[in-house]
Amino acid sequence: MSLLPVDKIKKDFPIFQRKVRNNLDLIYLDSGATSQKPKSVIDSQVDFYNNHNAAVHRGAHLLAEEADELYENARETTAQFLGGVVEEIIFTKSATEALNLLAYSISNASLGLSSDRNRFTLDSDSEILVTEMEHHANLIPWQELAKRTGAKLKWVAVGANGRISLTDFQNAINSKTKIVAFTHASNVLGTINPVWEIVELAKKFNAITILDACQSVPHLPINVKELGIDFLAFSAHKALGPTGVGVLWGKSELLNELPPYLFGGSMIESVSMESAVYSKPPRKFETGVPNMAGVIGMGAALEYLQNLSMKKIHQHEVAISQYAIPKLLEIDGLTLFGPTDTNNRSAIFSFALEGIHPHDVGQVLDQHGIAVRTGHHCAWPLMKKYGIAGTVRASAYLYNDLSDIDSLIEGIKSAQNYFRKAS
Amino acid sequence: MELDALYQEVILDHYKNPHHKNLNSSYTCQVHHTNPSCGDEITLNLDLDKDLVKDITWDGVGCSISQASASIMSTLMVGKSISQTQLILDNFTSMMQSKGKEKGDENLLEDGVALAGVSKFPARIKCALLSWMAFKDALSQSLELQK
Repeated sequence: MSLLPVDKIKKDFPIFQRKVRNNLDLIYLDSGATSQKPKSVIDSQVDFYNNHNAAVHRGAHLLAEEADELYENARETTAQFLGGVVEEIIFTKSATEALNLLAYSISNASLGLSSDRNRFTLDSDSEILVTEMEHHANLIPWQELAKRTGAKLKWVAVGANGRISLTDFQNAINSKTKIVAFTHASNVLGTINPVWEIVELAKKFNAITILDACQSVPHLPINVKELGIDFLAFSAHKALGPTGVGVLWGKSELLNELPPYLFGGSMIESVSMESAVYSKPPRKFETGVPNMAGVIGMGAALEYLQNLSMKKIHQHEVAISQYAIPKLLEIDGLTLFGPTDTNNRSAIFSFALEGIHPHDVGQVLDQHGIAVRTGHHCAWPLMKKYGIAGTVRASAYLYNDLSDIDSLIEGIKSAQNYFRKAS
Repeated sequence: MELDALYQEVILDHYKNPHHKNLNSSYTCQVHHTNPSCGDEITLNLDLDKDLVKDITWDGVGCSISQASASIMSTLMVGKSISQTQLILDNFTSMMQSKGKEKGDENLLEDGVALAGVSKFPARIKCALLSWMAFKDALSQSLELQK
């Protein structure tokens, strides 16, 4: 077991100084929804507004130069963090927007907006492959893309162990498959998918691979080259950064091929009344004055993570899972959704309690100062598969320790006691 | 404890033994409402006889608050005239939006006043309102049908 020095880490996060209901310390087990922010991230944004605020990529003055430098430094940090290069980093307002950007750019390619037919051209003979464990953000954009292009959407089922079988993937993929979009780590089950093996299968058929890395980039060491994927999306706010910033990483040659999706200022080389010539990536995909403070804040967040070491963060979370899973399984009437082994598993624990609705469990936990998520977690098809309306989800991060798990277990038992009188 | 203010005995009783939770096959209008943020669902059958709410039956999944609220609402509304249900609906929704300030009119809401505490928990208000909004919808659809 290799745990991080949580007491020391918590001091970096101002939110842990406040008290919550019943004057209790905050036990934050909802990082799967959004992470808390260290002071360095908050300060970097305040500093930007206090000292450097100017529109990037346009001004001819000192502040604009400084803003440019800070903004582009954040791009450099992000590129390094992912093992890519700066030209491959596109800032969006969310991971959802990053995935929609891809889906609409592919639509535009399919309409023939790019000069020639290319790998992105979909038609009624094409297939898009996803998995049953996708977040709505990595499902609905592909449903809609399929509708727009006539392509067929297919999916690989989740097995009883909360994992996807590579054989099923192999059976689902074929020469018609143009796009394989899948999550790296499930936001409900905690399953970490075998990216490399899936990419190998996709490559055989020259399909484009798109990785939803929202629940992995904040938690594991990631290197886009080693994973072999074509595109990756994640959001800053789940990785200690501010809300309102997402990242799309794409292979340079593919970003060059892909037509833009949002059109307007700062994404052009030249414009006439009839038409426009677009900038090279990443600018081709970044129109309008961006969320500068947010991007700079994300740069600070990724630096914070790097200083701690992604490897250590992952080990910390594995240690938490090793501690939490057996304790959760010991509770009478508790069903854990997702793998019970801690290999290739993140510290996300989704569960149901017999006879008690998730909302009611969440309410009792809240009285104990414990913040969890309840509901369908934007993965409604997965809930339907399990025949449930929702789950309680506790998700741990670098500021959680084993005592938080003890409190969770105690809170769950207290919810069971509380509602026993009602059943 | 704050929790007891939310989960009053009356609420837990309705949750344990929900009234009218058994869809009747005769109805003037059937509606299906969901709470997309938590996945809760209700199907509600309203049987309207001219100006009178003859029967309400429902089925659905949801937390204790939403289930108890559906039970309380249907018990209250059955046998009432449309104008009476309007008064009850208005009083209840106003109480729900009051952030804990309104206790509700016990003469109008009966067991419904037990849900007053819910209005202090913004995330739970929609749980309590789910069945009430379904009823409101079913009523207006039924009135359209009667035209």
